[in-house]
Amino acid sequence: MEKIDTRGMSCPQPVLMTKKAIEKNPSSLEVLVDNNTAKNNVTRFLKNLGYNIDYKEEDEDTIIIARK
Amino acid sequence: MKEKRDIIIAGAIVGIISVLLVRFGNPKNMGFCIACFIRDIAGGIGLHRAPIVQYIRPEVIGLGLGAFIISMKNKEFQAKGGSSPFTRFILGIVVMIGALIFLGCPLRMVLRLAGGDLNAIFGIVGFVVGIYVGVYFLNKGFNLKRNYTLPNFEGYLFPIVNVGLFILLISGFSMLFFSEEGPGSMRAPIWIALIAGLIVGVLAQKTRLCMVGGIRDMILFRDGYLISGFLAIFVFALIGNLIFGYFNLGLAEQPVAHTDGLWNFLGMVLAGWGSVLLGGCPLRQLILAGEGNGDSAVTVMGYLVGAAISHNFGLASSTAGASDNGKISVFILLVLMVVISVLNSEELVGKKALGKSSN
Repeated sequence: MEKIDTRGMSCPQPVLMTKKAIEKNPSSLEVLVDNNTAKNNVTRFLKNLGYNIDYKEEDEDTIIIARK
Repeated sequence: MKEKRDIIIAGAIVGIISVLLVRFGNPKNMGFCIACFIRDIAGGIGLHRAPIVQYIRPEVIGLGLGAFIISMKNKEFQAKGGSSPFTRFILGIVVMIGALIFLGCPLRMVLRLAGGDLNAIFGIVGFVVGIYVGVYFLNKGFNLKRNYTLPNFEGYLFPIVNVGLFILLISGFSMLFFSEEGPGSMRAPIWIALIAGLIVGVLAQKTRLCMVGGIRDMILFRDGYLISGFLAIFVFALIGNLIFGYFNLGLAEQPVAHTDGLWNFLGMVLAGWGSVLLGGCPLRQLILAGEGNGDSAVTVMGYLVGAAISHNFGLASSTAGASDNGKISVFILLVLMVVISVLNSEELVGKKALGKSSN
């Protein structure tokens, strides 16, 4: 499973980092985000590419789990 | 789909409010203009002495406070900062100088077009070119490094300053400067302007409405979410302008605008490019500052200083056209933009050259 940490990065960096990570076309991916804007943007981006999305809350942060 | 519907509704409301603000007294095609209004505030507190553009615009105060209030309610308020603040400050100056050569921020650019001002087309083309250049560097790894969580008070300061500014305005504090003629003298009543700003601040916070983001996301991700807000503003401001009879199609004699196509174009190249590197247009930076983002608050201070520089050094355009000093500044700033862009792009200078990363 690919894992990326986008905490502290402001938009559009979290989506750009996600875009880079899926270039290898992984079947699953975990994206750690620390704000709602990044969460929504990354979610929308991955959904548009046909991934199914789940969330796991971790303290103040959210892990976006994407699976094909 | 619900998300997209919400931003279209928000854009429609922003478009309508923008026309209503003109109806209540703001200059034409300037219901909202973040660049112009911050420029007026810079004049209002005496940072520049251009007599026709001085006023404390309550709309700007409302935008920041609206975003603050709704982000507290949503639990989205987060005090953070430390992502290359001085670079952002400088980029704020560049964006403001570019916007004042065109005569409007990206939001006003859309409102100008919706009023029939075809000069805005040169601005939009420049804006898109600037965004393409910025996106090129984003794809080369441009970033200003991460931010960090800071004490809540750091985030409260921006709204506090805005409240203070509003108190100064309504108290009749005599050291402020108010235009007696020109755009700065054309104002919607204080409370109406404040409420308009609050409403748009709330909507922009909830939807993340951003002019630069709209075009950037289309180019980068083929994502039409943000641009649909942009289009809704245009359509509804256009309808409003037609209803109130403000629509005036043409190039000449447009309100607070000039007809120098090349400089309209180049001014917005700077504004678009700088805004992509900052991660959002001036409206978005105000909203983020209200949400507790200290880097955006620093960017807004960059706008304020940029406005003062623009008018003190004669860089800002007038309705007669771009000034010689303004034209020279465009070339200097384009060179500066290349330097900032290249030296922060990981694939162009190598990660090592950018310095140690602590995460």
